[in-house]
Amino acid sequence: MTALPSTAPSAVAAVGADMFATAVADQAVPVERVDWKPPMDGTADDLATVAADPLRRDANALAVSRMLDVQAMLVGVAPASELLGLEQGQFLHAGPPIEWSRASGPLRGALMGAAAFEGLVEDPEDAEALFASGANVSLEPCHHRSAVGPMAGVVSPSMWMFVLEDPATGRRTYCSLNEGLGKVLRYGAYGPEVLERLRWMRDVLGPLLGEAVAAAGPVDATAILGQMLQMGDEAHNRNRAGTLMLLRDIAPSLVRSSRSAEEVAEAFAFMGGNDHFFLNVAMPACKLALDAARDVPGSTMVVAMARNGTDFGIQVSGTGDQWFTGPAQLADGLFLGDYGPDDANPDIGDSAITETAGIGGFAMAAAPAIVRFVGGTVPDALATSRRMREITIGENNRWPIPVLDFAGAATGIDVTSVCRTGILPQINTGMAGKVAGVGQVGAGLVTPPASIFPAALAALAERTRERAQN
Amino acid sequence: MTHQHVEIRPGAYADSVALLQVSRDVAATPGVAAAQVAMATELNVEVLQGMGFTLPPASSNDMVVALRLDDESALPAALAAVDAALAAARKGSSGGEVTAPPRTTASALRRAGGDLALVSVPGASALVEAMDALDAGVDVMIFSDNVPVEQELAMKRIARDRGLLVMGPDCGTAVVGGVGLGFANTVTPGRVGIVAASGTGCQQILALLDAAGVGVAAALGVGGRDLSAAIGGISTRTALDRLDADPSVEQVVVVSKPPAAEVAAAVEKYAADLDTPVRFALLGAGQPDLTTQAEALLGDLGVDVPEWPVWGTPAVPAPDGGSALRGLFVGGTLCDESMLLAAAELGDIRSNIPLSPELALDASLLSAGHLMIDFGDDGLTRGRAHPMIDPTLRLEHLAKVAADPDTAVVLMDVVLGHGAQADPAAELAPAIAAARAVREVPVVVACVGTSTDPQGLTRQAEALAAAGAEVHLSNAAATRRAIALVNGATR
Repeated sequence: MTALPSTAPSAVAAVGADMFATAVADQAVPVERVDWKPPMDGTADDLATVAADPLRRDANALAVSRMLDVQAMLVGVAPASELLGLEQGQFLHAGPPIEWSRASGPLRGALMGAAAFEGLVEDPEDAEALFASGANVSLEPCHHRSAVGPMAGVVSPSMWMFVLEDPATGRRTYCSLNEGLGKVLRYGAYGPEVLERLRWMRDVLGPLLGEAVAAAGPVDATAILGQMLQMGDEAHNRNRAGTLMLLRDIAPSLVRSSRSAEEVAEAFAFMGGNDHFFLNVAMPACKLALDAARDVPGSTMVVAMARNGTDFGIQVSGTGDQWFTGPAQLADGLFLGDYGPDDANPDIGDSAITETAGIGGFAMAAAPAIVRFVGGTVPDALATSRRMREITIGENNRWPIPVLDFAGAATGIDVTSVCRTGILPQINTGMAGKVAGVGQVGAGLVTPPASIFPAALAALAERTRERAQN
Repeated sequence: MTHQHVEIRPGAYADSVALLQVSRDVAATPGVAAAQVAMATELNVEVLQGMGFTLPPASSNDMVVALRLDDESALPAALAAVDAALAAARKGSSGGEVTAPPRTTASALRRAGGDLALVSVPGASALVEAMDALDAGVDVMIFSDNVPVEQELAMKRIARDRGLLVMGPDCGTAVVGGVGLGFANTVTPGRVGIVAASGTGCQQILALLDAAGVGVAAALGVGGRDLSAAIGGISTRTALDRLDADPSVEQVVVVSKPPAAEVAAAVEKYAADLDTPVRFALLGAGQPDLTTQAEALLGDLGVDVPEWPVWGTPAVPAPDGGSALRGLFVGGTLCDESMLLAAAELGDIRSNIPLSPELALDASLLSAGHLMIDFGDDGLTRGRAHPMIDPTLRLEHLAKVAADPDTAVVLMDVVLGHGAQADPAAELAPAIAAARAVREVPVVVACVGTSTDPQGLTRQAEALAAAGAEVHLSNAAATRRAIALVNGATR
C-alpha cells in the first residue's frame, strides 16, 4: 500500500485468526488466506532473527539472479586426471565428506570397482583392505572439486568427464559419463562386465565424445533442459528427450570423427539405449548455476543437496562450505524384480542437485510418464510441483512447465521457508542395493532428513547475530 | 505346486514406472508368489531371468507378463489382476489436492497480489509473516499480541527504510480507504486522518466524529508501543507522511495512550513541519480526555460540537451505599482514560494496567477500593479470545463486583464495529439486569460505535438502557457520570 491511505486495498493476504480475514472479505475486498501452521520445533527464535536480517531479502534476490544468469555450455569431455588434477589413489564420491568406515555398501562397491579399474588392485574384493588401511588412497566429495556424481558418484583419475562452462565467467563444473542402468558402478556393482564397460568408456566413448564435442562446439545444456521439460522429462529420473537432443547436436561430429564406423555405431547404440545419458550433463549444468549463488552473506538459499549413502547433506549460500548433515532416508518407491525395501540402501548421490536447481522432483508435473513415483497420479504430481513453490524463493522462466500454465520451475530452496512450513524438498531418486556389488534395486521418492534445515537455520541465525553486533 | 506363466504381448506398451506399479499390484494378488510385468528390454529380460523365469524371444517393444503362482488354479485371477492393473495404469486415478492454499504470507502475496497483509498468528511467529509483506513491498497490519519489543523495533526499522508502514502490534484498529481492519467501526469517507497508537482510543474518536457528522479518510493504527522510548514513533512518522501526502486529508489527529514524553515531543516537532495540521490527543495525567480532544478537533474543522448522545434513565446511587468505583473494560485506552479522570477526583485506582506500579492488582483482579480492569490486556488474553469477542470473563466479574456492597458504581465499555461480537448487548443486557436484580447498583456504560456499525449503535445502546444502564457515547462523559455517582451527587 504505497497508495494513498484513503484508497482501499486491492487485495489482502491474511494469516492467522480467520475472523480478521472474514471481516475484510465481508467488506468486499478480496482476501487470500494463508494455511498457517506452527514452524518446526524450536525454530521460532532463529526464524525471527534471520527474517529480520537486513541483508536477507537482497541477498536471496542476488543469489537467485546469479543462478538464473548462468548459461551452462557443454564445452568438452576429458579424463578426470587432466580436468581435476586427480592423481592415482585419489577418489571422489557423492555427498558430504565420509570415511571408509562409515561408507555404505554401494559406495564401498563403487570404490572397490574404481580401484580395480585404476589397477590399484587385481580383484575388486582386494580393495576393501586398501581402503580400510587408508594408505595411499583418499576420499573427497565431488562437490569439493566442482564436480557432481550420480549415486555413489565415484570418480577416479582415468574416468572421462563432461565439462560444463559458464561463458560469462569461465567457471566450470564436471561430471562423469553415464554408464546406463542395472549393474553399474554408480549403484555399487563392480563385476567384470562393469569394469569392462568402464574400460570401453575410457578407451572409446570418452575420446570419441571429446572429439565430437570439441568439433560440434559448445552445446547449450541450459536450453536443452528447458526443452526437456516441454517434452516430458524432469531431468532427474527421466532424461529421454535430453539424451536424444544431445545426440542430435553432436551426431554429425560423431560421424566425422577419427574413430571407426563400428566404434561410432557402438557409441550411438550405447547413448541411444540409455535414457539416463543426459543426466550426467544435467547435473553439472545445475551445479554450475547453483555455484554462482554460493557465498552471498545473508542468503538463506540452499546451493547443494547431496547424499553419500549414509548422510544427507546440504550447503547454504550464506554459510559458505559448511555441510549440514543428517541420516540419509530410505526412498519410498517401486522395486525391480524380486527386490524389496529390505534390499535398498539409504538415499545416495549428488543427483539431488537437480532438485536443488528446481527440476527433478520439483518439476514432476512436467513428466507425466513417471508420476507414479509421486503417489501414483497426475494430480499428485501437479500438487508436488506446486507445493515446492511454497519453499522456493523464485522461479526459472527458462524452465517453464507446460501443464502448470508455463510457470517457471520453482527455484532456490529457502531454508527459512522449509522450517516455517515443514514442507521438505521432494527428490526423485534411484535406489541402490545396500550390499556392495548388487546394483540398482528400484527407484522412488525421498526427502532430506528434516533436522538439517533447523541446523542450517541456526547457523544462519548465528551469523546474523554476529553481524548485528559488529 | 508352483506354476510359472510367461506371456509376451507384442505391441502393448506402458511406461516402465506404470509397469512397476502394475507388477506390485499383481504381486499382491492372493495366490501370486511373484509377478513382473515389463517391457522386454535387455535390462528387464535380465531381471526376469534373474528371477528364474524362462523367456521366449521378444523385442523391447513387447510387453512380458511373468507370473509365479502358488498353483495353476490361481492363473485366471492373476491375469484378471494384470488386466485390471494395466487398465488402472492407463486411466490413472484421480485424487490428491492440486491447488493447496498458500502456506506463508509470501506465497499468498505471490499468488494473489494485493497491497496489504494482515497478521494474527501467535506473537512468536508474527515478525516472520510480517517480513514477508515488507519483502513483497506491501504494508502490514499486525493484530498478534505478545510480539517481543525488539522484534517490533527490527521490523519497523526495515519498514521505515523501505517506505512501508507497519500497523500494530497491539493496536487492532485501522481503517484504510473505508475498509475496517481488525476492530474497526464503519465510517463515512471524509477529511480527517487518524494516527492511532491506541485501538479503542481510535474507535472513540471515530464514534464521536461520526456522531458529529464528520467523515474519516483513514485511520492508521501504529501499535500501542509506537510512541514508547523503545520504538520512538517510527510508524507514527510514516503514517503522518502518508496522511500528509493524501489530498483528501485536511486535518490529522494522533491518538495514543500515555506516550514517552521525549518521543511525543519529537513527533510533535516532526508533525509541525508537515503541510497538514496535526492535533495530538495524547492521554496522560493533566491532559485533556479524548472527548475534549474530539471537540477541539471539530473546532479545528469549523464544525459545531453536538450534544453527545445519552440513552437510558439517569442512574441513581445504590440505596445501600458503597463507596468504590469498579470499572470493567474491554478497551485498554478507554480504561486508561477513565483511570486518569477518576484518579484526579477519587485518588488511587487499582488496576491490572495501573497508572503506577504499586497499584497493580493481583491475579484475583479483586481489591478493596476503586479498581478498573482492562480485560483486553495481553495478560488476560493469553490462550483466550479478546473480550470484544468472548465476554465470559468480564460477565463473571460483573456479577461479583455488582454484588459487592463496597461497589458504589459499575462502569463499563461496549465497543462495536467489525471484528467485535455480533450482538454484545444480547449477553451484556441480561447480565446487567440480573446483577441489578441482586443489588440495585448503578451501571454506567460507554457504548463506542457508529450509526452504520454492523451491530447498530442505537439498538445496542437501547438494549443496555432497557436493562437499567445509563449509556453514553463518550467514555469521558460516562466516567464523569460514574465519579459523580460515587461522590453521591445526582444530576
